Amino acid sequence: MQATGWGALPMLAVMLPVLAMVVALPLGARRAERLTLAMLPAGLALAIGTAVAVQVGGAPVVHLLGHWSPPLGLAFRADGLAAAMLLTAAVVIGAVAIFARADFGTKAGQPERREAFAFWPLLLAVWSAINLAVVANDLFTLYVALELLTFAAMPLVCLDGSRTTMEAALRYLMFALLGSVLYLLGVALIYGACGTLDITLLARMAPDQPAVILAIVLMTVGLLAKTALLPLHLWLPPAHAGAPAAASAVLSALVIKGSFVLLLRLWFGVMAGQPMPGAAQILAGLGAAAILLGSVAALREARLKLLVAYSTVAQIGYLFLMFPLLASVAADSQVAAMAWSGGAVQAVSHAFAKAAMFLAAGIMAARFGHDRIVELGGAGRAMPVTLLTFGLAGLSLMGVPPSGGFAAKWLLLSAAIGAGQWWWALVVLGGGLLTGGYVYRVLASGLRAGEGAPDPAPIAWQRDGVALGLAVISVVLGFLPLAAFGLVQVGRLGVLP
Amino acid sequence: MIADLLLAAAIAAVATGSVLARRAFTAVALFIAYGLLLSLAWVRLAAPDVAMTEAAIGAGLSGVLLLGAVRRLGPHADAPANLPPGLLLTALIGIGCAGVAAALGAAILWLPEPAPTLAPQVAAALPTTGLGNAVTGVLMSFRGLDTLLEAAVVVLAVIAVWSLAPDGGWGSAPGARQPVVGRGPLSLLARMLPPIGIVVAAHILWVGADAPGGKFQAAAILAAMWLLPWLAGLATPPRIAAPWLRMAVVAGPVLFIVVGLAGAAVEGAFLAYPPGWAKPLIKSIEVVLTASIAVALALLVMGPPEPDAPR
Repeated sequence: MQATGWGALPMLAVMLPVLAMVVALPLGARRAERLTLAMLPAGLALAIGTAVAVQVGGAPVVHLLGHWSPPLGLAFRADGLAAAMLLTAAVVIGAVAIFARADFGTKAGQPERREAFAFWPLLLAVWSAINLAVVANDLFTLYVALELLTFAAMPLVCLDGSRTTMEAALRYLMFALLGSVLYLLGVALIYGACGTLDITLLARMAPDQPAVILAIVLMTVGLLAKTALLPLHLWLPPAHAGAPAAASAVLSALVIKGSFVLLLRLWFGVMAGQPMPGAAQILAGLGAAAILLGSVAALREARLKLLVAYSTVAQIGYLFLMFPLLASVAADSQVAAMAWSGGAVQAVSHAFAKAAMFLAAGIMAARFGHDRIVELGGAGRAMPVTLLTFGLAGLSLMGVPPSGGFAAKWLLLSAAIGAGQWWWALVVLGGGLLTGGYVYRVLASGLRAGEGAPDPAPIAWQRDGVALGLAVISVVLGFLPLAAFGLVQVGRLGVLP
Repeated sequence: MIADLLLAAAIAAVATGSVLARRAFTAVALFIAYGLLLSLAWVRLAAPDVAMTEAAIGAGLSGVLLLGAVRRLGPHADAPANLPPGLLLTALIGIGCAGVAAALGAAILWLPEPAPTLAPQVAAALPTTGLGNAVTGVLMSFRGLDTLLEAAVVVLAVIAVWSLAPDGGWGSAPGARQPVVGRGPLSLLARMLPPIGIVVAAHILWVGADAPGGKFQAAAILAAMWLLPWLAGLATPPRIAAPWLRMAVVAGPVLFIVVGLAGAAVEGAFLAYPPGWAKPLIKSIEVVLTASIAVALALLVMGPPEPDAPR
């Protein structure tokens, strides 16, 4: 693998947040907060730069660490999917950081608080870990990325220090560590069988030894536990619903996507040579079950934040519909390209929509002092912008045109028809209806005149603004012509140039 | 051969015992024994670096952390336990575990012989780094990024542990205050061992460039030397708000990242060392990193700051 121009951009996108996270510890809460805010424009610029370099060059951007090329050394390889995820992470982290100042900010002269001390470095750690997880090209470096992601996300869950969130965090940790162990076992087996851990080299080798197949099975199960695909989703609802709103947004939007991207790298990178249509059907079957059961759970849920968390369980299901579509057709066919884009756009648009939804739910819960859905009456009058944010994000999750969610679901639907697997198209349509159901429940309750509604207050424009901004982005993604999604096609492994 | 078979059998027996043990303390004691036996196995496999790390981190540090957890669980020993799973579930779990174990065993036997290896490439590239120990070459140069990120994970672990602090004690000293042990073996060890331990750690760190040894092993020993006087009540740890303490935790990772970025600026690649500068830079990073990791490991063992509870 050769280093390319602009390789420093993804490298800096990973290393600057790492440096900031480490430096934040001696700086203390107040200066760590400022450092994080100062990092936001730099991180966004690096992400945009990477995306432009990938799009214009039409090839992945590669940085060889220490000039050592794989298999001896390590490489960062930012392909189109990585660039799209870098951009998503930069925007979501930026919005969450601005949103979180009200909860985790430290005023001048105020003593350092535990939550404020922890929040900012943890946010920076999530940022660097997700960036690393999408650009690293070595399976062991990716293991370190997963560890960073887990150890940053787990304390975010129990930041309020209550007993219930501690239990949720501990349960999350158990699932995540089980996933890490299985993944690491697989890494060892692959190194023993192939003598390299570089994804590009492995893809070229097209390994088919039983040890490699077993490794991929173990790693897939481990990564499913971290991605929370049904039936390994049990940790997600209490963890994502119990965390502070800002943390929930990051957890649902970004953290679970890190292990998902890694799954794509394994299935359609390392194993690009031998597609596994049978196993892929099982994965999509679990995805379909997640869509149906997660949506039904959200429909029956009495609490707003848990409803949003179950919605995440359901939306994760869509991500796995692309697997059988990609596995059953030639990698360079039109159908495969549509399925790949559909999955990638789903990952991105869900990130924006779900971050917006969790932030809106957090604003509502803070104003009402509770998040019981039936008692949200009067929200429409007291906080119209917040309810609008929730509704817009809901439209994107439903897949109503024009929205990012629509583009994703349309691409998946078309790919399912094109691949002759019409049953997945039915799942996409049914899931959209169920999503509409639970979003309607919240909106209908919020638009009712209510007794216990808080008085209209001056809108906290910063918090409402960033939440609305994220929701608008999740919708505007649908206005981009489908050709713009050509970005995520750049550098797909298994499609030989 | 007989000795190896005995060692393997002993490892399997101790591991099984650790899983089956009813009392938490027994399980941890067996786990520590397991780590020590495992490090012997690494010696037999001619991997002395791994053996030292396994003994220092796997058995030593993890053992101390687990013993601390057992002590904290003590007052809650009679808390209601989870209901044991039913017969069907137990059988299913057993079948699942047996299946995974059998598949892993088969996969290990299927691995190609001789194993594909990067050792010749490492040996060929090692002279450019000026190092004599191939393991240090891999950890600090060829795969330096992984080591750097692991060092960042250690800092993150300190932040995560401190984030679990109970309300009321923020900024105070980590861990519970230890009663002063006036006499007895702990007090004696706490007074006698640290000077020797510090010299041993420095030696292990220094020879790491050319012989087995290195920063994680040295850091684990240094951390133990700090923990001993603390456990004996002879020294109190500094407050976690102390700026120098926080600087000490991050100094190594910061230096590592700054050297990496300087490599990007001067040589055009992150962590590229200028010709002739590789060994001095690597040694400097290792010295500072050892100190930082030692402080971090000790802080992890002490735990989050706690409000002074009446005891």
